[in-house]
Amino acid sequence: MLNFIIRRVAVAIPTVLILILISFVLMHSAPGGPFTNERNLPEAVMKNIEAKYDLDKPAWQQFFIYLGNVAQGDFGPSFRYRDYTVNELIATSFPRSAYIGLWSFFFVVVIGISVGIWAALRQNKWQDYTVMTAAMTGVVFPNFVLAPLLVLIFAVELRWLPGGGWEGGQIEYIIMPIIAMATSYIAQVARITRGSMIETMHSPFIRTARAKGLPWRKIILKHALKPALIPVVSYLGPAFVGIITGSVIVDQVFSTGGIGQHFVNGAINRDYSLILGVTILVGVLTIIFNAIVDILYTYLDPRVRY
Amino acid sequence: MLFSSKDKKVAALAESLEGVQGRSLWQDAWRRFLTHKAAVASLFVLGCLMLFSAFGQHLSPWDFEQIDWSALANIEEKGRPSIENGHYFGLDPVGRDLYQRTIQGSRISLMVGFMGAFVAVFIGTIYGAIAGYIGGRVDSIMMRTLEVLSAFPFMFLVIVLMAVFGRNVLLIFVAIGAVSWLSMARIVRGQTLSLKRKEYIEAAVAIGVKPFTIVIRHIVPNVLGVVIVYATLLVPEMILFESFISFLGLGVSEPHTSWGALISEGAGNMRTAPWTLIYPMAFLVVTLFCFNFLGDGLRDALDPKDR
Repeated sequence: MLNFIIRRVAVAIPTVLILILISFVLMHSAPGGPFTNERNLPEAVMKNIEAKYDLDKPAWQQFFIYLGNVAQGDFGPSFRYRDYTVNELIATSFPRSAYIGLWSFFFVVVIGISVGIWAALRQNKWQDYTVMTAAMTGVVFPNFVLAPLLVLIFAVELRWLPGGGWEGGQIEYIIMPIIAMATSYIAQVARITRGSMIETMHSPFIRTARAKGLPWRKIILKHALKPALIPVVSYLGPAFVGIITGSVIVDQVFSTGGIGQHFVNGAINRDYSLILGVTILVGVLTIIFNAIVDILYTYLDPRVRY
Repeated sequence: MLFSSKDKKVAALAESLEGVQGRSLWQDAWRRFLTHKAAVASLFVLGCLMLFSAFGQHLSPWDFEQIDWSALANIEEKGRPSIENGHYFGLDPVGRDLYQRTIQGSRISLMVGFMGAFVAVFIGTIYGAIAGYIGGRVDSIMMRTLEVLSAFPFMFLVIVLMAVFGRNVLLIFVAIGAVSWLSMARIVRGQTLSLKRKEYIEAAVAIGVKPFTIVIRHIVPNVLGVVIVYATLLVPEMILFESFISFLGLGVSEPHTSWGALISEGAGNMRTAPWTLIYPMAFLVVTLFCFNFLGDGLRDALDPKDR
């Protein structure tokens, strides 16, 4: 086990380095820098600005300066939001995304898995068809369609909920973001759970459990659930990162000030440091959660050994 | 002679027998597919949709670039969908015919879907088949590379790519396809590992066929069933991905459009002109529905696990 964790870390470090390198090269090969799209600055001023952000040095030198800073946990100043560092921007926006994300994830796990199991146990009955139709609908209504629709219905027409904003994460401000975020994930989880649950219920060890007269509840909770959840867990790992880092769309439509908003703005404004910071954050989270999923596997499926 | 008379009888009997038509695996799969009604219906709808996006523009008197000046001042009233003035889907916020815009968007979206899936399938199949067939150290290096790559937040990279290199339709195909081949490669590798030990591969090795030819001639055709199923599910994913990027304003640029771009535009105007949201959305949702059902049907027909 320890061996396995060490190996995971050994793979993770070059991954993060490559990730930083690729994003760095991409951002720097872009035509136009972060300060070119405004009105032309006097040359002297431009030089000062470039010197301040180390943009006058050769690219490889910038890369190593940046790497050194990141190693110390410093993502540098934001190029666009002049008075903020990237660390500060992430510190204000990431908790918001994480807050919405954790609630969404909670609903995804609870609703998705229980609905999936319920449908599987009533396979090919009307309950199954209803749930699966609903799940299919959830899958084909992407969040960029769902989010504006929610605003149209609940904020514009019915006026039950505010159309956007954060306000300290009060419940009426986060309901719609959570729905928009969680729906398609719930649908996916329900579909995956149903599929693997049906497969598990047909396997010989379940037949044995039934033959020896175990109560239905016990068969499902003690025997069927664990193997049935393996594919679900492998889906949930990467999904968790996606949910926590905040869907770009949800942040954009509801202006929650989450991290996704910074990402898109950063990409449009060529805010090198901000974009790199967010990309690295997401990359590191992805790597960590992939590793956690692999570790969870050993618990769920004793056949997997490292 | 006893023998010759028997031989003649056998020959006569053989001639009187009707030839039994053999059924290939693909014909079997096709029959299984036809029993899946939702999938067949979806295939039909998708066929209609493609015909519509290829030839639909001839049914309307308007052009996708043309601005209807007579309605521009009052799109809320005059821009509503109507049959009389030829704007079947109404007008978009700058006075262009939404019917033509939707057709134009459908083309781009479907093209991105198919091309993206094709790129992903092509790279993924070859990569997976080679890794699985060669095995050993090459395999483990190739799979480690895959592991490293799949830790990347690719959605972010594509967005960066779009922001950096401008919004070029071709680039969208390549970018989306190139980041989506990872799971394809993994699936194909798994299949290849089990195919590798089959007798016909051994026979091919024995008569001295080169490894690359074996991969192309024998491995790839045999994993094709799984590949097709997965590719069908990739297409809607690609379409969604492109629409998502376009929704953010980073995808296709004017005068081109796609479902995502149209939905984004419609979402901005949904209070005054809801049809600008509803029509493109309906197209997107119906297409996604159909591809998902089609994928289910094909899986039932082609996946060897359930036979």
